[in-house]
Amino acid sequence: MAQHSLSDRVAIISMGCTRFAEHFDRSADELAVDAVAEALDGAGLTQDDIDAFWLGTYVSGISGMALARPLRLVGKPVTRVENMCATGSEALRAAVYAVASGAVDVAMAVGVEKLKDTGYAGLISPKIQDDGTRVNTSAPANFSLLVPAYRERYGVAPDMFRAAMTHVAWKNHANGALNPRAQFRRAVSKESIERSPAVAGELGVMDCSGVADGAAAAIVTRAEDARKYTGSPLYIKALSLVTGDGSGAADPRYDYTSFPEVVACARRAYAQAGITDPRRELALAEVHDCFTPTEIVLMEDLGFAERGHAWRDVLDGVYDRDGELPVNPDGGLKSFGHPVGASGLRMIYECWLQLRGQAGDRQVATAHRGLALTQNLGGAPGDCVCFISVVGSKPA
Amino acid sequence: MRPSTTQPGPRTGIVAYHAYLPGYRLQRSEIAAAVGASARGERCVAGHDEDSTTLGVAAALPAVRGREAAVGSVWFATTDPVYADKTNATAVHAAVDLEPGILAADLGASLRSGIAALFAAARDGGLAVLADRRGGPAGGADEREGADAAAAFLFGEENLLARVICTASVTAEFIDRWRAPGAPNGAAWEERFGEQRYIELADQLLTRLSEAGAELGGVRRFAVAGSNARAVRSVASIVQKATGARLEGADLADVIGNAGAAQAGLALADLLDAARAGETLLLISLADGADGLILQATGAIGASRGEPMRGQVDRGVTIGYPQYLLWRERLAAERPRRPDPDRPSAPFAWRNRRYKLSMAGGRCRTCGAVQFPLPRICYQCHAADDFEPVPASGQTGRIVTFTVDRLAFSPSPPLVSAIVAFEHGGRLQCELTDVRQPIRVGDEVVPTFRRGATVGGVRNYIWKARPVDPTTPAAAERSGTESES
Repeated sequence: MAQHSLSDRVAIISMGCTRFAEHFDRSADELAVDAVAEALDGAGLTQDDIDAFWLGTYVSGISGMALARPLRLVGKPVTRVENMCATGSEALRAAVYAVASGAVDVAMAVGVEKLKDTGYAGLISPKIQDDGTRVNTSAPANFSLLVPAYRERYGVAPDMFRAAMTHVAWKNHANGALNPRAQFRRAVSKESIERSPAVAGELGVMDCSGVADGAAAAIVTRAEDARKYTGSPLYIKALSLVTGDGSGAADPRYDYTSFPEVVACARRAYAQAGITDPRRELALAEVHDCFTPTEIVLMEDLGFAERGHAWRDVLDGVYDRDGELPVNPDGGLKSFGHPVGASGLRMIYECWLQLRGQAGDRQVATAHRGLALTQNLGGAPGDCVCFISVVGSKPA
Repeated sequence: MRPSTTQPGPRTGIVAYHAYLPGYRLQRSEIAAAVGASARGERCVAGHDEDSTTLGVAAALPAVRGREAAVGSVWFATTDPVYADKTNATAVHAAVDLEPGILAADLGASLRSGIAALFAAARDGGLAVLADRRGGPAGGADEREGADAAAAFLFGEENLLARVICTASVTAEFIDRWRAPGAPNGAAWEERFGEQRYIELADQLLTRLSEAGAELGGVRRFAVAGSNARAVRSVASIVQKATGARLEGADLADVIGNAGAAQAGLALADLLDAARAGETLLLISLADGADGLILQATGAIGASRGEPMRGQVDRGVTIGYPQYLLWRERLAAERPRRPDPDRPSAPFAWRNRRYKLSMAGGRCRTCGAVQFPLPRICYQCHAADDFEPVPASGQTGRIVTFTVDRLAFSPSPPLVSAIVAFEHGGRLQCELTDVRQPIRVGDEVVPTFRRGATVGGVRNYIWKARPVDPTTPAAAERSGTESES
């Protein structure tokens, strides 16, 4: 038994993405309608042309009816999927598998999330009924555990690691400032990042991604049919998912300087896509910058940096938009906020623009490499789910 | 004459005991200043996550550890019960990890329940757990002079620290101190009325003790507990004249405060801490009557008793009066912009009781990996359903990594949590409590039973970890050992 590559069998033929924002004036339904309409228009298709739909949403709807109702889909198979922060990517994964299996010709993945209706601070996760024994830590607290552990293991001076965290936030906000779909469209000074109020551990407010509403959508077909709809489809090169067994806290071998789930997920994705040197083969990477230290650690787990060197690479500008490997050129979660069900497809949307040369002011110079990676991370260090995709502008 | 069956058996005595003073102190002057009055000294205050049940567990654990199978019953006394209708002693029974085949019961919410728990446990080789949190109207005498504390005494017939010579009781119905069920504040009649009643009752008690076979002239040390301070002083003076014994614990009310139903326990612990081999000891409790317990210390008293209560008196951290009022929910704190916690599920908690209440996990019999709670499948070798039970309670742990969380809900923010690795294997993430100085990776911690949120009247109990106070004798001993090795 083995997992097999679906590389180049399925292609994205159109996408849509709303602005990510505090959409107090728009519902989850309306956001979904907008993203779907943009995707359909781009391919010259109607809803009736789509054979099956997958909706990714974390807290904003239950069952496929959460999409069928607002779109008035009649007689269509519509399924809701959820896998924490990989939720939007799970919708794409299901749509791709459906097309690759031959079960359908055209499938659509939609991700939508409405977080700003709760009135609470931060992301509110659905609570499973339990007995209250588990310690109720916040997401920034969980990810803040990376900071002292990483510094200790690699002997990094606190001010140097702080500078690297600041650089991640500074870079992503600078990128987001150029993106009309970003929630925050303003560059942020390093001083204001470092002066932001403490949230958890050594994380300040500006080390955390924001909270926003948004939706994104993608239409996929068999690779050989793709050029019927667009002259420049994106080919699915790899889809990889690793779901952690939650043993990090219990296992003395886990030291909070890495996400083993990401390492395993990346190994499989690179094998599917035939990538051996991701730092030089990828045009860009959209990664899960939920908190600034997360992005630093991900650079190592994804093979972009040697162990213990990512903080130095970050400071050297390796992952800046004009760097050796642009990371989060659209502004990342830092600039977009994190409407959970939509984020995975929002990352794919940036690859769609960048690899097709449509990213405008923030177009990366590396687009000719023709491959882009997206990565989602849900949960906490030691207890997480990781999704990685690789998409490419050229068929094999 | 009373039937002899009410006396403990002739070989019965105290096997182990421990008094627990929670780690916080409140200056009486600060309480009094709120109402334009003045006062001296300080009182003992429980943390925001401590209630009568957790205080009882903190006292009971050191007394019971290693003797769990010998405990014949649990008698729990408090005037501040967490639950009515539902028994509180059962949570103590679970946290201390006792055998199911024994009785665990509460003795009602009266001040006399403290001495009653001692008498009941003395009769059936049981564990008496006396725990209380005492307060009163803001700024008033009850709030100033109360205390939060607990003491536990394990009775048995072997390896005694002190043998029970006899007990005696005199009962009287009169109004001295009272409180409506569930009301936060009690009331007292003019102290002089109760003082006279207790003087009469103490006289009768001494007669009863003599009739029960005690030789009062042989009493070497004695202590008196009660909520009527005038009565306690007067009775102490009478007993001193009648016996010539030395009064112990006369200053307890000043340095700790009066711990209500637990006061008899603090007085007895102090008496035992002071006792020398062969000495006869007398404890008198004044609460709706007079009750007396006469003990004789054995040769083991010096070597086998634990840390003396007095050692804990000076280890408190002073908190401000507003902090105290917030902790007791007398003032409503600003709520975080986060959802309230859910009510703990009763079936979930019941299934999870071995971990939730007794802090037990399992060691994989195939690969040896320790995990909490007991899983079906080992995370390391994936062997299924083959674990031996391992308790984390009673072990020490070390902090692997930690964080200070300013976003998570806590009645006393910020919430500090850590990954803790235990000495006999296994790691888990848990909340830290009683954090008094900056935490460092590698710091030593011990598990401690505390309360979480109360939702819908259901109190959530959880195990947290508490940094080991580097000034405790046990910690000093350990660090000394390490530096030699």
